Amino acid sequence: MESLPKVVPEFLAWLPRVGLSHFLIVSAVLFSLGVFGIVTRRNAILVLMGVELILNAANLNLIAFSRYSGLNLDGQVAAVFVIILAAAEAAIALAIVLNIWHRFQTVNIDEVSTLKE
Amino acid sequence: MSPDTLITLSLMTLLLPLAGFVVLIFTGRRLPRQGDWLETSIVTVGLVLSLVVLVQKLTLYGGETLSARFTWVDFGTVPGIGPLRIVLGVALDNLSTIMMATVLVISSVVHLFSIGYMQGDVRYSRYFAFLGFFTFSMLLIVLADNLLLLYAGWELVGISSYLLIGHWYEKKSASNAAMKAFIVNRIGDVGFFVGILILFTTFKTFGLTEIFEGIRSGVLPYGSEGWLTAAGVLIFCGAVGKSAQFPLHVWLPDAMEGPTPVSALIHAATMVAAGVYLVARTFPLMTAEALTVIAYIGAVTALISATVAIAQNDIKRVLAYSTISQLGYMVMALGVGAYTAGFFHLVTHAMFKAGLFLGSGSVIHAMHHALHRRHDHHTDPQDIRNMGALRTRMPVTFWTFVVYTLAISGVPLTTGFLSKDEILAGSMAFGELTGQVIIPLIGFLVAGLTAFYMFRLVIRTFLGAHAEPERLSEIHESPAVMTLPLIILAALSFFAVFSLNPVGAASGWVMQSLPRPESVTPVSVAPPPVAVFEDALHHVHGGAMGLSLLMAGLGILVAFTTYAWKKIDADVVAQRLRPLHLFLLNKWFFDETYDLLVVRPTLAVTRMLRWFDNTIVDGLVNGTGWLTRGVSFISGKIDTVVVDGAVNMTAYLSGVLGLVLRKFQTGKVQTYIMFVVLSVVIFYFLYRLV
Repeated sequence: MESLPKVVPEFLAWLPRVGLSHFLIVSAVLFSLGVFGIVTRRNAILVLMGVELILNAANLNLIAFSRYSGLNLDGQVAAVFVIILAAAEAAIALAIVLNIWHRFQTVNIDEVSTLKE
Repeated sequence: MSPDTLITLSLMTLLLPLAGFVVLIFTGRRLPRQGDWLETSIVTVGLVLSLVVLVQKLTLYGGETLSARFTWVDFGTVPGIGPLRIVLGVALDNLSTIMMATVLVISSVVHLFSIGYMQGDVRYSRYFAFLGFFTFSMLLIVLADNLLLLYAGWELVGISSYLLIGHWYEKKSASNAAMKAFIVNRIGDVGFFVGILILFTTFKTFGLTEIFEGIRSGVLPYGSEGWLTAAGVLIFCGAVGKSAQFPLHVWLPDAMEGPTPVSALIHAATMVAAGVYLVARTFPLMTAEALTVIAYIGAVTALISATVAIAQNDIKRVLAYSTISQLGYMVMALGVGAYTAGFFHLVTHAMFKAGLFLGSGSVIHAMHHALHRRHDHHTDPQDIRNMGALRTRMPVTFWTFVVYTLAISGVPLTTGFLSKDEILAGSMAFGELTGQVIIPLIGFLVAGLTAFYMFRLVIRTFLGAHAEPERLSEIHESPAVMTLPLIILAALSFFAVFSLNPVGAASGWVMQSLPRPESVTPVSVAPPPVAVFEDALHHVHGGAMGLSLLMAGLGILVAFTTYAWKKIDADVVAQRLRPLHLFLLNKWFFDETYDLLVVRPTLAVTRMLRWFDNTIVDGLVNGTGWLTRGVSFISGKIDTVVVDGAVNMTAYLSGVLGLVLRKFQTGKVQTYIMFVVLSVVIFYFLYRLV
């Protein structure tokens, strides 16, 4: 740390101390963006991207809680699980989207609304 | 024979003709000869039985009354009245036994005669069936021991008369006559029924013995003698109708529309005698006033119809009015107290009047055939002006007819002389006892008139020259089946049948067996007692006989002078006394008077009632229907508009709501996720606020 310019430590001291709430806020923002993506997007793939965002937001939450509550690593273990599940789920979801493409020749979810009367 | 056997035999005579009726009415046309010999033999068997009963009764049981009864209805104890039961039964006393034999003699003779007379008739078996039904009904009247059963038989003979008068119902005159007979009878029957009811309400029974006992012990209807007289007169009302007394006599001449044997049986010998029989049966309860009324009506009837008879030209009409006149005699006899004489005349009159009618039937039958063979359909076979000299061609009919005429005119050696003599003696006794001499005066006058018009009939029909000489050769005597009854009845018109004394019947078996019953009415209103009456009778008997012979002789003399020896020209007399002659020829204009006074007002009332019925009653009914339709129309409208509207509204609301709520179902997962997120946010804030 002595190699850094003298202003850096004062700048660093001026920066707020990173606490749990910072992580949670970030995670919430990511979550909202993910929900927004799911709800708003017309393309099925973009909906899936929103789903990924939500999962990652959840991951962040888990890790943040794990870091700030003693040396408990349960959160990080859960996050690993979530990553794996997200990957599996993404694979299946994309397979479904592929089927939709075959069936409807489109991935516009507005047009795949045959469940509606 | 025991009383039970006699009762059984009389019940058999009662019910056998009924059985014959039932068989003939249903199977008549299929029986051999349509059942005429069957019915005739049934009635003849009945006759034999009744004669057996008569002989046994008179020899073994004298003045007793044998009866058999049964309880028809037992009402138990009626609140306000006490124990009440209706007991019916039959009674055999001398009166009913002799009457029963008389009815059956005439009935069987008429049945036999009808076999010849009605040959080839269009409704042969029905005729015999109804003759049997009539015989049953008449015997019911005779044998009944109570007023209810008697009234039942009374109505039944009325119906039989209606059915038989209207036998040839295709003729309007016949069906009208039948209706007239029934309706006029009914008028009398109303009075009769009221009389019965007065007695029933007082004594709680219909049985005659009980009623007599009750009156004898002092119980009077509504506690007054006036009511007792009223009851007697009302019961006599029935006799006025049935026995064709003034003023209800108008049906009998019209009843001649029926076949002549029917006229002989019903309207000469039996049914019309039922009224006389009724008065004889109820004699003990008649007060002196009631009997006076009866005597006067009888006398008036006798006089009026005798005067009409002298002007009639139809042989049956003469006989019809003669019947009314003789019935008047019988009624008058009962009214003056000559009970036995009145009933005796009923029996003798039945024989010779039936004979007269059957004889006239024989004549009409022969005339009919002669006219038919000469293809003459205009001449009336019943008009005596078209007859004459039939003596030469129909000897049996002639000689028997002469016997009957002698009997009815009261010539000695006949039964008619005996009975008429007794009646006239009785009326003279009455005149002596009560000072009302008009009754015997009328009696003797009528005797003279009777002899006159009957011999007028005989002379115009059988003697002299025939109206159209060529027709005479076509006229033949009737067959044996018709002449035999005539001979039988002529034999029964000889004095010896009823009394061995040709000039006095008092010692004969009939009069001996029918002593006048003592009155049961209170002494203050009772007629003169039997002993007093018998005494007066003895006084006047000789004078009465002489006077009656004189009147009969006068009548016959005038008849012969006018019609046989032609010393007086009848037509000239008729011209000179034209108003009187027309008055008599038109039967005192009774029918016209009744038409004006009774029939037209009744028809006017009928029209009024019909107007009422058609306009008001029907209007009400139609109005109700119209109202109902209106109400149902309104109800229907409510149903369509209001109720259906509500239902439709509900459906509409559901539809609208559905349309609105359907928007939630976008089918897009994104929308659903949006809702989830929204709800989470809402719940968060709710949780926070709470």
